[in-house]
Amino acid sequence: MWDHEIRAMASAHAIIAASVFMATVLPAAAVQGFSVYGTHLLWLYSVSGAVTAVSVAVFWLLGITPPTKKHTVGYKLSRLFRSCLYFFLSCLFFHTVVVLYGAPLIESALETFSLSVLLTSLTTLRCLCVLGPNVQAWIRVFSRHGAMSVWDTGLQITVACTLVGAWIGAFPIPLDWDRPWQVWPVSCSLGATIGFLTGLVAAPAWIHSHRKQLTYKCK
Amino acid sequence: MKVRSSVFASFILIFEGIGIALFLRGFFPVPLKSSVSSKNKLSDLPVEPLTGSSPNSSRLPQPLFKRVVIMLVDALREDFVFGPNGRMYMPYTRHLVERGSSHSFVAKARPPTVTMPRIKALTTGSIPGFIDVVMNLNSPALLEDNLIWQAKTAGKKIVFYGDDTWVRLFPKHFMEHDGTTSFFVSDYTEVDNNVTRHLDSTLKRDDWDILILHYLGLDHIGHISGPHSSLIQPKLMEMDDILKKIHSALISKEAEGSLPYLLVLCGDHGMSETGSHGGSSEPEINTPLVLLSPAFKRKAGMEKPGVVEQVDLPPTLALGLGLPISLNSVGRIIPGVLEETSLRDQLRYLHLNGHQLSCLLKDSIPDYEKEVGFEQFRVAEKAHGSWMKLFLEGNTSEVLSNMGKKVLKQYVEALAAMSSALSKQLGKYDMYSMIAGMVFVFQLLLVLLLAMPEALSSDAAVELPVLSALLSLPFYLLCLLLASVHVLVCTSAESSCYFCSLSWGLVFAAVAFSSAMFCILVSLVTRRLPLGLRIHGKSPLRSIGSEWSLSELDVLLLAGTVGHTLSLAASSFVEEEHQTWYFLLNTLCLAVFQDVCRKYFREQRGSGDEEESILPSKDCHPSPKAEIYSEKWLALATPPFTLLCCRLLRSLNQTGVQWAHLPDMGHWLNSSEHRTVLSLLAAFCLVFVYLLVQRRCSWVSKVALAFGLLGVYSYRAAVGNVLFPWQHSGRTTSKGTVEARFVYVFILGILFTGTKDLLRSQIITSDARLKSRGLWEIYSGLVLLMSLLFRAHNLPVLCCCLLIQTLMAQFIWKKLHYDAAQTTIMHYWFGQAFFYFQGNSNNIATVDISVGFVGLESYVEAPAIFLTALSTYAGPLLWACHLVCFLSSQRDRSPVAVGHGCYCLALLRSVPAAAYIVLVTALRYHLFIWSVFSPKLLYESMHLLLTAGVCLFFNTMEQSHTSSKS
Repeated sequence: MWDHEIRAMASAHAIIAASVFMATVLPAAAVQGFSVYGTHLLWLYSVSGAVTAVSVAVFWLLGITPPTKKHTVGYKLSRLFRSCLYFFLSCLFFHTVVVLYGAPLIESALETFSLSVLLTSLTTLRCLCVLGPNVQAWIRVFSRHGAMSVWDTGLQITVACTLVGAWIGAFPIPLDWDRPWQVWPVSCSLGATIGFLTGLVAAPAWIHSHRKQLTYKCK
Repeated sequence: MKVRSSVFASFILIFEGIGIALFLRGFFPVPLKSSVSSKNKLSDLPVEPLTGSSPNSSRLPQPLFKRVVIMLVDALREDFVFGPNGRMYMPYTRHLVERGSSHSFVAKARPPTVTMPRIKALTTGSIPGFIDVVMNLNSPALLEDNLIWQAKTAGKKIVFYGDDTWVRLFPKHFMEHDGTTSFFVSDYTEVDNNVTRHLDSTLKRDDWDILILHYLGLDHIGHISGPHSSLIQPKLMEMDDILKKIHSALISKEAEGSLPYLLVLCGDHGMSETGSHGGSSEPEINTPLVLLSPAFKRKAGMEKPGVVEQVDLPPTLALGLGLPISLNSVGRIIPGVLEETSLRDQLRYLHLNGHQLSCLLKDSIPDYEKEVGFEQFRVAEKAHGSWMKLFLEGNTSEVLSNMGKKVLKQYVEALAAMSSALSKQLGKYDMYSMIAGMVFVFQLLLVLLLAMPEALSSDAAVELPVLSALLSLPFYLLCLLLASVHVLVCTSAESSCYFCSLSWGLVFAAVAFSSAMFCILVSLVTRRLPLGLRIHGKSPLRSIGSEWSLSELDVLLLAGTVGHTLSLAASSFVEEEHQTWYFLLNTLCLAVFQDVCRKYFREQRGSGDEEESILPSKDCHPSPKAEIYSEKWLALATPPFTLLCCRLLRSLNQTGVQWAHLPDMGHWLNSSEHRTVLSLLAAFCLVFVYLLVQRRCSWVSKVALAFGLLGVYSYRAAVGNVLFPWQHSGRTTSKGTVEARFVYVFILGILFTGTKDLLRSQIITSDARLKSRGLWEIYSGLVLLMSLLFRAHNLPVLCCCLLIQTLMAQFIWKKLHYDAAQTTIMHYWFGQAFFYFQGNSNNIATVDISVGFVGLESYVEAPAIFLTALSTYAGPLLWACHLVCFLSSQRDRSPVAVGHGCYCLALLRSVPAAAYIVLVTALRYHLFIWSVFSPKLLYESMHLLLTAGVCLFFNTMEQSHTSSKS
């Protein structure tokens, strides 16, 4: 039904996944002593940066972002400003949630915040790209039967996969194996990234296999 | 037979309790000792047997050795010394074994082959079990009679270098010590160098009698890379050099005329083919034991080393040093060591050892007279007496020495028989009882699971085909079969078995019960079968609702329950179980938050009339709009607030193992300079508790509660935890018995009022409001008791518990229409998390025993145990009681809610308990079985017992409900 859109989504996802891959591989060649465990924060920033840049570019090029009503520069600037604000607020939100989950409040606050930046760039950023800085739309998409397009469904799936990935990533922390990936926040950020990649693959596949059952209300 | 769900659930739980008790009896062997702290004294020694004349001297024979050096190499496997590679690994030792004046043996260690129990075995001569851990609950020091204590009491100077487990086990026993930790497994050179560095100076000195060295490096290498790694050889060569150094130092010190030295090389346990240990495989239990002393005969060549038990070393050493044998030792002296002494002394040594064993036998086995060894010992003792008589008369004929040899042989046989009879009692799992217990529990669990659709149906009653099962032919056949299996197992079992020693009536009842359960199970299965796959493997929540789709919350609740049960298989997850619950609870709160958001935001956007039907409270208020508005925001604020509370409580008490050392609020509050803060906090919490609890009580209970809480504060002030505003600092702290009893009076008063209200509501008026008030009063009595028992810094836990309960009940559970099963699971999770918020863990050491003395002048067993259990399980109990209150107040919405809640609670408790006993059985040779899994097993069974109590309470509630309806 929406073959074109599914194909577009699959290619967009492929590009984003490739950017995650490149963000891991390229610094390893460029920076001395770069490794996912050893210089974890660096890896984390490089992945968040790459995903941010690539998704903004891809979704802008694809033209998914809802059309703005006004075309004045001031309005666009205010939208940009609001997007940045939401991005930052979402970082704070994730940080709070992670602390509520038991991360230490003061020590390793930087690690916790970096994790929340990663989570934000994997989830909230996509919301911003697809839905724009519009809280009503966000609430609509994340409530039951709220998806109105293929892109909304894809958004739901990737966000859910990322969060579940990060959630599952916390499991091995109490184990006494003394492995490098058990250090906070390595397992969680790895879990989130793997979940995100799974979501990128799963979203088009799931939509493709359920394209007969899916019906969307008109906007 | 049709029974209500709550009756059914409590019945199942009680029988599961019996099954688990049987399992526990099989799992924890009873200790042999008559008393833990009594010690063997020199004056208690038996006299040398002598027929006829007056008693002979009771002195010990002369000690054999002047100095003893024990070189204990952790994880030294038997084949490292005696095997084909031994010549390469430890050339000097091997040379001594083959040519020197030495004795070598293969000493068998008993599982669990872990360092700490092995050290205990090597010093006490007993086989330590888990009960030992429970016996010396909070003290890591070894209280039992042991070799080190005996040596210290006899004035021997002991020097120790090595694993600091020894230092913890024997504090203040050593003249000089240096403990190294075995914490960093990856370090295998430094740990040993730390031991060896003292060696030169110590060997030069003459001021010690016993030197103990415990080398950990080999064990660490085993853990890192296994017994075939390239690191093994250098390490063993190093050990060999150390042995050579000690040996030559001892030889050079050897003076004419004085007693000889003894050098012991041994291992505490072996090493499996993968390098680990803890189990009972051959390479793990076989350790070398090499005794070197000029007192021994020189060897002529390699002989096959004899096999002894590891526990044989302590009596040998004790007698060799002229010390009494430890009371609980089950070992027997190694005869080879005595070879060179006179026949009279040899007999005397064996007699002493035999006497000690026979005393232990008398204490531990009820019909000890029937034991073969005991009989043999009596005979040998008599023969010994007559031999002594002849000997003292100066008879020196060939006949006498032959007779002496015969007595010797008799003694050796008697010792072997007694020792094996004793060790059969110890350190062995009674598998038959364990399996029987497990079968009971699983039958009951399956019946519970299969009854799910009926138990959670709208009439909440289960149809149990008891009569048809009892009258069916398979039942009788099964009875016969099981009885014959029982007879077969019991007659063929070589070790003692608790289930076999039960009386016939009990066993038959058990057999009949088990077969009846099996028949019921089969008939339930056949009844479900037509419904087919739809029923099988389904969840508790699915069957309640008419729609079959699961919401996110249901998925979370199910996944959490299953995931938690599975996580119990990993020792780290058992140690850090609090993390699991905090994590799940957090996720639960977020899921609830999402539900709330969805409800209020989505429905606001939706049509207005939908909203009206959902909020029925609207019409009874003058300004409905504002009311709804504030209610919406309160409901929205509840989950984040709960999250915040949980996060704060979590930092109140650090628990578990890995992060237990981190500073927490509890320590901060308890330090003396923060006394004022603690006092203010406690006072605030008590006031808050009063405000939260009083609103649903009658005025009598309100007054009693107020006085009670005041009493709690004055009790804390009297004990010295908090400050009274007008109290002078000069007042001495008392035990606070008067204050505590004052509070007890009010607790009883509140409970009495509550019961009275309940009875009145049931018999006279059948008034639902009166009943819920009575229930709430009983609950507030419990709260008052908990506030008395909780430590002052834990009062915020109680406070937050009540606050969360109030908010959740008001805004979440009622408004979001969660059904009884969902509410029960949430209550259960909260209860579990609060168990850990209080500072509990799965370690026995965190049980607060001081609670048992609140309001008591001295230790009285029954109330002390009751109070300790109550305060330990305060969290789960409070939440379960709140569940009763909440569900019975929801009766108008769903009349069978109480039954459903009870059933779910029983299911939630029995699934992990049943899974856990299987896990423990499977992991019974695990490295951490005694330190991690066994305490958890005790906690699980205690929790099951308490839940059975709560279910009975549920039962009476539902009973009164049905009777009041009719």
